[in-house]
This record gives sequence, structure tokens and C-alpha cells, in this order.
Amino acid sequence: MFAFILRRLAVAIPTLLLLIVFSFVLMHLAPGGPFTGERALPPQVLANLEAQYGLNDPLWLQIWNYLVSVVIHFDFGPSFVYPDRTVNQLIANGFPVTLTYGGLSFLAAVILGVSLGVVAAIWHNSWVDYLAVGISIGAQVLPNFVMAPLLVLVFTLWYRWLPGGGWSFNDPSFSVMPVIALSTSYMASIARITRSSMLEVLGSNHIRTARAKGMPEHRVIIRHALKPAMLPVISYLGPVFVSMITGSVVIDIYFSTGGIGKAFVDSALNRDYAVMMGVTILVGALTILFNLIVDVLYAWIDPKIRY
Amino acid sequence: MTKLFATTALLTALAMPAFAVQPAEGETLAENQTYTYWLLDAIKSLDPALNTDVEGSDALRSLFEGLMTESATGEMIPGMAESHEVSDDGLTYTFTLREATWSNGDPVTADDFVFAWQRVVTPETASEYAWYIELMNIDNATAIIAGEMTPDQLGVAALDDRTLQVTLSAPTPYFLNTLSHATTYPVPRAVVEEHGQAWTQPANIVGNGAYTLASHNLGVEIVFQKNPAYWDAENVVMETVRGVTVNDTNVALTRYQAGELDRVQIPAGQFPRLSEQFPDQAVSVPQGCSYAYVLNLGETGPEALKDQRVREAMALSLNREVIVDQVLQGGQRAAYSWTHWAIDGFAAPEGGMQDMPMDQRLERARELLAEAGYGPDNPVRLQLQYNTDESHRLLAIAAQQFWRPLGIQVELNNVEWAVHTDRLQSGNFEVARYAWCADYNEASTFLDWFRTDGYNSGKWSNAEYDQLLADARTAEDTAPLYQRAEEILAEEVPAVFVYHYAKVDMINPAIKGLPRENLLNTWYAKDLYRVAE
Repeated sequence: MFAFILRRLAVAIPTLLLLIVFSFVLMHLAPGGPFTGERALPPQVLANLEAQYGLNDPLWLQIWNYLVSVVIHFDFGPSFVYPDRTVNQLIANGFPVTLTYGGLSFLAAVILGVSLGVVAAIWHNSWVDYLAVGISIGAQVLPNFVMAPLLVLVFTLWYRWLPGGGWSFNDPSFSVMPVIALSTSYMASIARITRSSMLEVLGSNHIRTARAKGMPEHRVIIRHALKPAMLPVISYLGPVFVSMITGSVVIDIYFSTGGIGKAFVDSALNRDYAVMMGVTILVGALTILFNLIVDVLYAWIDPKIRY
Repeated sequence: MTKLFATTALLTALAMPAFAVQPAEGETLAENQTYTYWLLDAIKSLDPALNTDVEGSDALRSLFEGLMTESATGEMIPGMAESHEVSDDGLTYTFTLREATWSNGDPVTADDFVFAWQRVVTPETASEYAWYIELMNIDNATAIIAGEMTPDQLGVAALDDRTLQVTLSAPTPYFLNTLSHATTYPVPRAVVEEHGQAWTQPANIVGNGAYTLASHNLGVEIVFQKNPAYWDAENVVMETVRGVTVNDTNVALTRYQAGELDRVQIPAGQFPRLSEQFPDQAVSVPQGCSYAYVLNLGETGPEALKDQRVREAMALSLNREVIVDQVLQGGQRAAYSWTHWAIDGFAAPEGGMQDMPMDQRLERARELLAEAGYGPDNPVRLQLQYNTDESHRLLAIAAQQFWRPLGIQVELNNVEWAVHTDRLQSGNFEVARYAWCADYNEASTFLDWFRTDGYNSGKWSNAEYDQLLADARTAEDTAPLYQRAEEILAEEVPAVFVYHYAKVDMINPAIKGLPRENLLNTWYAKDLYRVAE
């Protein structure tokens, strides 16, 4: 197992380097640049800007300089659009926010989704099942860009219970609506996957054996059914977790959280090369890491899997 | 640009002491003097040398003060400069600074201005607004930006701590009026040198304005607190000013209605409903921007557009009244001139197509197209390019519908913002949506755009037009020159003008002192106060 993890980490490094080079080239191929705006800049001013940010160098040299600064100094450079801040600062400000509401949403989605799925599978084809399936379909069809403004309308304007947006780490009320809006559709997917996987497991031989031995039903479910039923759920959760903690542009826009989901999309639209690279690398590294964790979890859950 | 500034008003204003708005009789101040305003997005920079956008300028006007500032009604009044003298040749200005301190207690000195202005033109600063120092005609600015001279050769010197001398390269009648712009604000040399680019962060920033920066959570909230060290602090009523970012205008409106914000922009199309429901809150005032479809007449442009008759037919048949009354619905006005109708001293030429009934205009358009060899059976085919935005899309669809029956087939081409501007600047378009906003309240801020060496993305060129604008810089009476320039634009149609902007906001009636007749919408937090409801 240890050797497996080492091997995977060794592959991760060239993967990330490729990702950096590839994104860098693609980004520079996109038309326009960080300094093209409604009014064209005087040529001399533009030249000074480009010199300052090293955009005059040949592309290979720019990539090389960037790699050196990222790998050796862990410095992602200054933002092109927010000149007062470095990319490291922007990520340090925005990522904890997304990590918080994304992490909470993940927990909410997993706990509620799995419970709903298990309950629906146990009382298969009863009203409990129909209700659970109904809830999860409802949650799935209501996209978060519809739900977000609705939540603000209800909880901020009508009931005045919650602030309509913004962020503070000291006040949990700011995270309530982002968590609801972000977690519901994931919760629905998790519930459906859990339900069908659970149904399959409950019909398998080892469960019949356990029941035949006279094991109480709750022990059958918890000790023998739940663990194998979680396998498809876990392979779904790996990428979901990364996409949740690296933010959602919809949540960031509607609730003005200052998270990095919006920063990522904005940086692409504004051609803020430095921020875009920084977030790409962050998301890439996290994706590689969590795919690895999922694989390790697999081996732990399913004794048949050995690396 | 000579007529730019009402000099008499300026001189009288200079003689008066600075004043802030005071509550009128019968008004009771609210206990809680907080003003919360809406920001569409994060503020990009709080460095006067690096700021480029309106939201940044709004914030900088609270944190800093230039040599001059503006009264609540938009007149120029002394800021950091107590008085000034101009040499006979108009090239040397000597300012005497008032006794004022930075928010850290250090005195504001002439050297802080020298440092700030030199910093803007230094190539390493990479200021996008370096051209502003050129616009001010400060001696050697252009050469320094080009790297041919060193920043210390800029025509600005501190004779002593409170005397600042500025040397211009040419007499510049509007010079004093450039001095309230954020790019010209002083910056504290010691603080900038100590912290480098991080000097604008809340823990480091030091200003000389009416407010200090209490906190700045990028993209969430920026909070200003009244600065007790400000020289005119006794006349500042508003204690706290908060700028809250809400990226979605509909959510912003909901939060306004929930009492979280005192001012928001009204989302497109909602003004009629809101002004009926909340007549004391929904406000539409002219905003100094014009919207147009620019036609590419350059080498890269399509053949059909080089025919003036085709361009005229496009202008005639675009039903702007439907666009402003049915689509935009927020007090915008149909545009038949490039200059915004509310610009100071500007009167649009009369007798143009705006006075013709629509059926006559359509008939004339058909004739022109037929003469040019086009019609419904042999249509002109064009690409209309616009950047991603719901209202641009609606307008483009409307234009498409107005032009199609005549035989002008436009294909809509939606691209993202960066691609749109890149294609405009490289001439890679046929018809493109464009808007221009006034930098100052005078017609040349618009008309300069179409000069042969102006921004002029469509590459239209007319010698008479260029001459008119050159003459206007020194003319006693510029109005007839600008009218003639607009007539030329109406005749030759280098662009189809669509509408003049309005700023459509919900404003909490308890907030007083926000200027409503200021076309550029500059406001100073120090002029605001909140009355008890």
C-alpha cells in the first residue's frame, strides 16, 4: 500500500507540470489580454505594463520563469487585475471561505444523502421510499441559481432571519444559505446512488446468510450492508468533494462570499493570467490528492481490492 | 477642451471656504450615521496610481484628498491647496498647501504630491492612468513614460513643505479641474516605501481624506470610518460608510428591500414597476454614457458599409424609441447624437431624422438601399458583434428585427468581453456594440472619439471633423463647432447611435446629500448624512 501511494505521488508531479504548461499555453492563445479594455491604452503605457509583467518575453521563457517562481519560491506572482494583491494572498483570502462552506455542504450532503438513500432502500416501495425519492428528485431539479435568490427572498426579505450575503468566519449565519444552496443537488445524487447500491447489496447472498443466522436487522444493515453499499458512493464523492471545496461560482455570485469559485471564472474572463494559473494549480493538486484518497479508501473498504 | 470648466464659477468657489452639506431645517439627524452602498464587484485597487475604475475612485475620494476637491453640487473647491498662483504665461502654478495631516499624524507635505505624481509616470509603476498626467500637460510627462527621461525630471517640485510648484508644457485652461481626480491624489512617501505594493492593505494604508479604511474584505465588504485627523472633520456627519459587494443585481435589490443596503442599481426592465411602487426611492438620472453600433469602415470592414447610403439606411430604420420605451424602460433617451444630451453647454443639431415620422424614415431608408443596389431580395449581410450581457442581446435582437424587412440581414455574434474588445481594437468586426462614458462634462469627451487619431475603432476619417475639434480647443464659443461636428456624424454615419444612458437606482430617502444632477455621478461620503425616519 505504501509503495502504491509513493508511486501515485511520483506520477502526480509530472501530471501537475503538464497541467501548468498546457494551461499556460492555452491561456495565452485566448484572444485579448489582461490589459485590453473598453479604451485602448496608449502604446507606451501598454509597453510599460507588459514589461512589468514580463509579457514581452517569448512564451517558453515566460513558462520557465513561472515554473521557477512557483516550484522554487512557491510564489504565484502578482494579480494582473488586483495589482494590490498577490495571487498567494488572493487564494489565502478566498480559499478558507470556500473550504468552509464547501466542507459544510459536503458533510450535509453526505449525511442527509446517505441517510435518505438507506432509509429508502430498507423500506423499499413503501411511502418512506416514495417520499425520499420525491425529496431527492425535487432537490435535483431545482438548480442552485434558482434556489439561491429564492432563499434570499424568503430568509432575508420575508423573515429577516439571515443576512442576504457576505461572509464572516465569526458568524455562522452567513454560511447557512450557501450550504443549503450548494448541498441539495449533491445530496439528491448521493441519496439515489446510495439507494440503488443498497438495494443491490441487500439482495446479495451474504446478507441472506446474515439474516439466516438470525442476526438482528439493524446489525445486518450497519455491519454487513452499509460498507459494501458505500463503494459507488465513495467513487462519486472524491471529485465531488474537490469541486465543492474549490467553490461554486453560483454560490459566490449570489451570496457574495468572496470565495475562489468566482475568482476563478473572473480570472479567465479578465485574462488575469496569474490568478487563473494559481487556482488551476490548486484545483489540479487537490483533484490528484483526493483521487488518491478515494483509491486508498477503496482498498480499506473492499478487501478484494489490493494494489 | 477650453470650455471644459466654468472659470467664473471656479474663481468664486476658490474664494469661499470649503463646506460640507448640512442638514436642512426641520431635518433630524439619525442616531446611526452609517451609509451602506452597493458595489457590483470587488474593488480592484486602492492605490491612486493603479486605480482604473469607478468603484475604486468612489473609495479613493473618501480615503484621500487632492489639491482640489468638489462641492456637493460638483463645483471645484480647494482641497489640500489653500490657495494658488498662476504665472503670466500660464505655465507655472504655485500651490500653498493647508496644514493637514495624514491619518497617522504625519503632516501632508508638498513632497507627498511630488512623490505621488512621479510615481504615476514611472514606467515600473505600470500605471494604466499614466496618460492622465500627460492630459494635465505636466512638463516632461510623456518623455518619462516613454523611458526617455527620469521621473525626477517631471515638472513638479516641492519648494518647501507647504509650497508645490507645477510646470506645464503648454497653457492648460482646464488644469485646475484635473486636480480632483484620484490619479492626482498625494500618497504618503514613507508608508509606500516601507510596505511596497502592500501599502494599500487595511493594516498599512494611510490617507489624508475624510475617512480611513477600517476593513477591506475583497469582494465582500469595504468599511470606512470617519477620520478625526481630517482637516474639515468637524463638518463631516456620516460616521461609517460601507461598500457591500453583491454580484447579482436582483439579489442586491432584494437586500435593499430588506434594509441591508441604502442604494442599489435597479435591474434592467424593473424601473416602471418600482417607480410606481416606491416613487420616493426609485430614481432615474442622466448618466454620461452613450450606446452605439460602430460600423467598421476600415480596410478590414465589409464592402457594403463603405456605401454611405447603406449606413444612413441603418440609422434611419433603427427604432430607438421602441428600444428605450419598451426594452430599457429606465429613463434612457433615444440617441441621435454621439454626445450625451445632458452634457454641459451641448445642444444637439436640429432637423435631423429624429424629427421625421417613422414611416417616412423607413421609406427613405428603402430608397437609399435600393439606390445602393440592395433590398429584401438582395439583402446586405452583416455580422453584429456584442459582448455577453442580457440587455446587449435584447437590443441586438431588436436591431435585427428593425433592419431585416428592409433588406439588412444581421447575424448576431455574441462573444465574451475580452474577445469583443480585442476584436474592436484590431478592426476584426463588421458592426459592433460599443459604449463610451464621459471623462469630464464637456462635449469633446465624446467627440474626440471619432477623430482620425482618436479611439475610433471603425476607422472613419473626416478632415473637416478633425479641424472642428482642433479649433474647439481654443475657440471662445465651442457650441457651433460641436453642433457642426455632430451634423457630420449624422450625415456620414460612422456609427448608429442608439441611446443615452440613465443611472437608475433605488435610494433610501433617509440618505441626504447624494448628488442627483451630476452627470459623472461623482460623490463624496463627507457630504452625506442620514436623517431620522
